[in-house]
Amino acid sequence: MIERLVHWSRVKSPWVLHLNTGACNACDIEILAALMPRFDLERFGILLKGTPRHADVIICTGPITRQNRDRVVRIYEQVPDPKFVVAVGACAMSGCVYRGSYNANLGVDQVLPVNAYIPGCPIRPDALIDGVVKLLNSLK
Amino acid sequence: MEFKVQLGPQHPALHEPISIRMTLDGEVIRDADLRLGYNHRGVEKLAESRSFIQNLYLTERICGICSFSHQTCYTQGVEKLMELVPARRGLYIRTLVCELERVHSHLLWLGVAGQEAGFESFFMYTWRDREVVMDILDWISGNRVHYSMNTFGGVRRDIDEMQRKKILDTLDLLKQRTDYYLNLAASEPTFVGRLAGVGKLSRQQAIDLCAVGPTLRASGVPMDVRKDDPYAVYDEIPFEVSTADSCDVLGRAVVRVKELIQSYRIIEFLLKNLPEGPFKVKAPRKVKPNEVYSRYEAPRGENVHYIKSNGSDKPERLKVRAPTLANYPATIAMLKNGFIADIPLIFAAIDPCICCAERLVQLDDGRGRGRVLRFSELRAMANERAKKIDYTKREIAWPF
Repeated sequence: MIERLVHWSRVKSPWVLHLNTGACNACDIEILAALMPRFDLERFGILLKGTPRHADVIICTGPITRQNRDRVVRIYEQVPDPKFVVAVGACAMSGCVYRGSYNANLGVDQVLPVNAYIPGCPIRPDALIDGVVKLLNSLK
Repeated sequence: MEFKVQLGPQHPALHEPISIRMTLDGEVIRDADLRLGYNHRGVEKLAESRSFIQNLYLTERICGICSFSHQTCYTQGVEKLMELVPARRGLYIRTLVCELERVHSHLLWLGVAGQEAGFESFFMYTWRDREVVMDILDWISGNRVHYSMNTFGGVRRDIDEMQRKKILDTLDLLKQRTDYYLNLAASEPTFVGRLAGVGKLSRQQAIDLCAVGPTLRASGVPMDVRKDDPYAVYDEIPFEVSTADSCDVLGRAVVRVKELIQSYRIIEFLLKNLPEGPFKVKAPRKVKPNEVYSRYEAPRGENVHYIKSNGSDKPERLKVRAPTLANYPATIAMLKNGFIADIPLIFAAIDPCICCAERLVQLDDGRGRGRVLRFSELRAMANERAKKIDYTKREIAWPF
């Protein structure tokens, strides 16, 4: 009974942490735009949170830079289980234009286990909503 | 008693990774220090291994909010190196996108300022109106954020008569809304009470610390590259440089709202006087050995690109000085003797774009010792790294 309640609340109101892991800001503003009146991501119960300890889903934008790497792992460890990672944008998926740079990784999945990929450079808010809804459906 | 507090790199008050180290005396900040490098992706180094055309798309991705300003600054520089005169219609369309970008960036900033001041509904209002500008950019370029409009010798897409009419119609709505914001920013007592007197930067301080953009103009210095050193077609366009004398965050908000109104005037002028003819001219692939300094007035202030060519189809050196980097010393001065509660507001007031400003060569080796990496070392590191890269990932071969 309690388990079902916990599961239900998890699917109905996932709280997300927006983590800039070396992105160019474009995906970041599109994530914010998705939370605004036009797209209104909050209607799915999704709430943007400032601290990793409150979050269920980490939204990573960017290829993870060398200096950021250890911090990202630390933030990932602070998120309570079960946790999900969404790689947002082309550079979070594979490095995009930063491929071959001395300071950028080849995507978030080189550092963290990723549950969902949302393509685009940058993503459109519609794509983000689609990706998040698909992730939520997979949890059911 | 004084004690030290570290804010960031991941913190609810900061939207991007940056770390502020502060020395506090109670609630008053006595000293502040910024730690950068969390977002450094090595764009300048990457630019040296790509051709001039490829770099158009790389410079665009220096920053997502002012993507067009970096791309235009780079394009103008390379056009100067190529001794190429761009098509006039192309220049008009380029300037149009510049101004549309300024509008969306300033609306975004107003919302963020509203949020930091605890005025959530203002945040929602401005971001709703920002979607209108994003729609216009979507019609023109086919993308919401990275427009990829520039090419050497003009722009990549023309605008037709229908788009022109549609933009002019939508502009009326935006004008109406902005008048309301100006009214609100100047008369709403709670908003004014929160912003006035916060983050003081006197005129002399602003000049001494080399502040740029709205931060400088809000301290009463009428400096704007569009007026002082006109690029594109700004010398033909009638507009005024907006300034304020209050030297605080309220002044910076007012400057930005005034600039919005000026931008609408510029957009209207550009659309009504759009010249006929081709929108781009053919550009050479190789560039003669030379060097150039390109200036551009981005929404956040003066953006500078230095490009050196060596006769091949790749630049030998690209140096980017983003406006946020120029504003950091002024931010430290503003933070000093302020309150902890004002940090997000003061920091947001320069409209920080941290990913723009991550241009570092000096590295910290993690043991507190800084060292300067030489070009050859950096190159060896990059080569070593490139060898390790597995270009086949999930059965898909990477085309490069």
